[in-house]
Amino acid sequence: MLTVESTIKWLNLFSEKVEKNKDYLSELDQAIGDGDHGANMARGVAAMNEALSNKSFDSIQDVLKTAAMALLSKIGGASGPLYGSALIAMAKQAGEDRSDLASIIQAGSDGIQKRGKAEPGDKTMVDVWVPVVNALKNNKLSADIIKKAVQDTEPLKAKKGRASYLGDRSIGHIDPGSMSSGYLFETLIEGDTL
Amino acid sequence: MSEYGVLLVSHVSEIVEGLTALLKEVASDVSITSAGGTDDGGIGSSFDKVQAAVEANQSGKILAFYDLGSSKMNLEMVKEVTDKEITLFDTAFIESAYTASALLQAGVPIEEIKKQLEPLKIK
Ligand SMILES: Nc1ncnc2c1ncn2[C@@H]1O[C@H](COP(=O)(O)OP(=O)(O)OP(=O)(O)O)[C@@H](O)[C@H]1O
Ligand SMILES: [Mg+2]
Repeated sequence: MLTVESTIKWLNLFSEKVEKNKDYLSELDQAIGDGDHGANMARGVAAMNEALSNKSFDSIQDVLKTAAMALLSKIGGASGPLYGSALIAMAKQAGEDRSDLASIIQAGSDGIQKRGKAEPGDKTMVDVWVPVVNALKNNKLSADIIKKAVQDTEPLKAKKGRASYLGDRSIGHIDPGSMSSGYLFETLIEGDTL
Repeated sequence: MSEYGVLLVSHVSEIVEGLTALLKEVASDVSITSAGGTDDGGIGSSFDKVQAAVEANQSGKILAFYDLGSSKMNLEMVKEVTDKEITLFDTAFIESAYTASALLQAGVPIEEIKKQLEPLKIK
């Protein structure tokens, strides 16, 4: 279950993973976008880490909101408002019922869809968030499910975001935002937050 | 100043600087503010810069134009938190910002301006 401590731990693990894999994220973005996803995310999680370590928190809502504002204002690409909207929506849902993780992640997924208007199959991070929500609802989230969702973006043709301008040329590459979202959910498992 | 101002958002600061120069030539009485690039001067878009450009605009009602993806998303997020009335146009960036500015300067009613922008919708 999410608590103030486990949420911070989760977000810290996510930061570490992004920082460690930022070159790979940029490499993925180089193929079908503008090559900045790793740098964007690394800048965002660094700001998030700083914001989380500079303050003490008395609710999960507060943690998620603080993280959201750091990501929103520091990422600098589409993933800024997208992760920002996700975490703001998650904070709101956590305020209503912090024990229901599936509903919290569902709120995040809905927040991303509301902001970016992408549907499943459009080759965006939505293609990872939606299957993760479904798995959580059935108590079945695993590293394999996450890996498969990320991998399944490879054959898709992008309909939203930078990659959509490439049309058929976007086929055959993993979507970078799906990869970074994959890290977010892998660290959810690794942090024993489930 | 006209009732409506114009807001420009781009991934590149030089793009909005250049576009502002183009628009000011025909719309000296329209408040035109802009946000270009990321906080550290890179290519991208910034929630904070968009918010500052909205606040800096001398008009309470704003017609907003943007280039790509995250420029629009940041505009929408700022729209949700500001007291100003922002209308977002999914239209060809340069052509529509020019059309709106020139018509505002000429005192054309907003409904008429919106109608003229309709065929420029491309996104
Ligand atoms: N409309 C959207 N809906 C959902 N996800 C999106 C959308 N647009 C982009 N993305 C996700 O964002 C990722 C790219 O993030 P990145 O930080 O590189 O932004 P960017 O595309 O460079 O931003 P910009 O819009 O400023 O060009 C994509 O891989 C995709 O997963
Ligand atoms: Mg990019």
